[in-house]
Amino acid sequence: MTFDGLRQAPSVKRQASNVTWGSSTVNDYAVEVFNLIKKFGDFTAVNGVTFNIRRGEIFGFLGPNGAGKTTTIRMLLGLLRPTGGQATVLGYDIVHQAEEIRKHIGYMSQRFSLYQDLTVSENLDFYGRTYGVRGGRLQERKRFVIEMAGLQGRERELTRNLSGGWKQRLALGAAILHEPEMLFLDEPTAGVDPISRRAFWDLLYRLAEDGTTIFVTTHYMDEAEHCQDLAFIHNGRIIAQGSPEEIKLHKMQGQVLEIDCTQPDVAITVLRQMGLFDEVALYGALIHVVAEGIAEHKPSIAQALAEVGVQVRAMDIIAPSLEDVFIANVRNNAD
Amino acid sequence: MIARTLTIARKELLHIVRDRRTLAVMFFLPVMQLFLMGYAATTDIEHLRTAVLDADRTPQSRELIEAYRASNYFDIVGYVENEETLARMVDDGEVRAGLLIPTGYGEDVAAGRTADVAFVIDGSDPNVANTVYAASQQVGQAQGIRFIERRLGVKAEDMPGVEVHPRVWYNPAMKSANFMIPGLIAMVLFTLTIMLTALAIVREREQGTIEQLMVTPIRPIELIVGKVIPYVFVAFFDVLEVLAIGVFWFGVPIHGSLSLLLLLAALFLMTSLGIGIFVSSVANTQQEAMLVVWLMLLPSIFLAGFFFPIEAMPGFLQALSYLVPLRYMLVIIRGIILKGVGLEVLATQVVALVIFGAVIMVFAATRFRKRLE
Repeated sequence: MTFDGLRQAPSVKRQASNVTWGSSTVNDYAVEVFNLIKKFGDFTAVNGVTFNIRRGEIFGFLGPNGAGKTTTIRMLLGLLRPTGGQATVLGYDIVHQAEEIRKHIGYMSQRFSLYQDLTVSENLDFYGRTYGVRGGRLQERKRFVIEMAGLQGRERELTRNLSGGWKQRLALGAAILHEPEMLFLDEPTAGVDPISRRAFWDLLYRLAEDGTTIFVTTHYMDEAEHCQDLAFIHNGRIIAQGSPEEIKLHKMQGQVLEIDCTQPDVAITVLRQMGLFDEVALYGALIHVVAEGIAEHKPSIAQALAEVGVQVRAMDIIAPSLEDVFIANVRNNAD
Repeated sequence: MIARTLTIARKELLHIVRDRRTLAVMFFLPVMQLFLMGYAATTDIEHLRTAVLDADRTPQSRELIEAYRASNYFDIVGYVENEETLARMVDDGEVRAGLLIPTGYGEDVAAGRTADVAFVIDGSDPNVANTVYAASQQVGQAQGIRFIERRLGVKAEDMPGVEVHPRVWYNPAMKSANFMIPGLIAMVLFTLTIMLTALAIVREREQGTIEQLMVTPIRPIELIVGKVIPYVFVAFFDVLEVLAIGVFWFGVPIHGSLSLLLLLAALFLMTSLGIGIFVSSVANTQQEAMLVVWLMLLPSIFLAGFFFPIEAMPGFLQALSYLVPLRYMLVIIRGIILKGVGLEVLATQVVALVIFGAVIMVFAATRFRKRLE
């Protein structure tokens, strides 16, 4: 990806784009990050990441815990000063114009950070007012958010009494009360049940459709599939980026063979001992084997498994999941 | 700017109202401390439980016992037959003093000789023992003068001598409450505000809400001021509460200007709020904050001369006490309430508090901002 945005003066305030997905131009970036670095003493948490986020898209930032996701977000929000590199959010420089950035973005941190001892309504009042939303507009926005989060009739309930999914939707509501142009969500669905996660992503789609740019970090690969653009971060470096389709198409070396068999634990040991494959991993009850030209290995695999009494029920070459790609890239990166 | 600060203040008020336990601490702790200090921590000695061993059993010995009783310092709660019983009663704490009148006391008195009695004092608490010691001698001397008067047929007033007329200023009845309660007001201002501000800020850090606040347009200064405003009101309410109970229940007179008192209390708040903010920038959890607060409070309370006079401390502690802001507030508050003095007398203390307040506030606010980044 190029970094055309650098040529634009950072102080130029641009209008919120209402463009729909895919139609935004290369110049219309909400976030431009170039070679961003953060060191904590000897430890390099973020090691020169570069990526752009188009306006109105859902951008997924993927990686395991400790990969540098939160550190990157905190730098973009002006909470941490970068050790090196440059970045703009909505055209504002992250070091010198953090205050401007904060007025135009919404943020949901990893921890639930609404006040548990305040009611739903009081929390929304508070966050609305901190952004200068008051009076009739505050009431109107509160109605919208409460309806969106499905919290009708619970306005006077203490936040601590809400269940996880509701809390999470309320936190999202508080983050969008002031109609930000852009949303930063740090692991928003961690620890939430699958149905609530689904409902939450539906909300994100609605927001994106209305033109909000969304930056979301996650370690759920199924959620990554919902994003228009992805960046995989590992040990502070971006190891792959692009749309889910692009990544699966271009970033995967070798093909994935999915094996459904009895005694998968035995099978995995045998396959690893064969020493022919880039990756042998268990996905639930299924085994994924990754190698260049995997089709040629099918007979030898069948034979090896038969020798130890493992019955193969199915063995097919499948399209790689994002998880396959991620694991493959992590390994390549480590080499 | 002001709107955002008030938004924070309003939210903080909700936290206070929701948290019944803290609410109770805020409003009842000072009252409890007041009654404890007013009654329990008194060094006024009256009606000390006393046992008598009267081996003499003469009208003269009974007259002496009656003189002790009439002094009001001593309550004669029992008569014992021997010294062992008396010793046991003192050991047990049943009595704090014992009067021993040996056989022959009445005879000696009648014969015009010097009669000896012994007085046992429980000296565990030197403050009490001092007072009792003096009182026991005073009663004995008065009795001696009575003997002389009778024998010579004169009145003591008609005899040559020096009579000292002590005039106790500021607290003529020498009530400990009058000394303790003004000090307590300063203490309440100091401890409560430090603790409440420190805990309120650390709580946000502990719960992770501070990070959410930092990505809103709220500035650190607005956050600090907004969070502290409700506690300023709580502190003033507590001051008025303690003052009212002190005046109307314990009868502490306010000799000076109440408005000057409140004004200087506000000045002192700068210091204690600053320390509270400083603590919040050091501590990660509420427990840590409490610990730090206690580490700072205890030396402050002793070095400031809340319980014991600074003049009685060794030189280096006296020097150290100049670094304790509470010291100046104690002088101010006792000066205004007990002595009725004004700014002309308290100028040094006021200047000291201005300097402490400004330095601590700036230092704490800077640290707080740094900590956020």
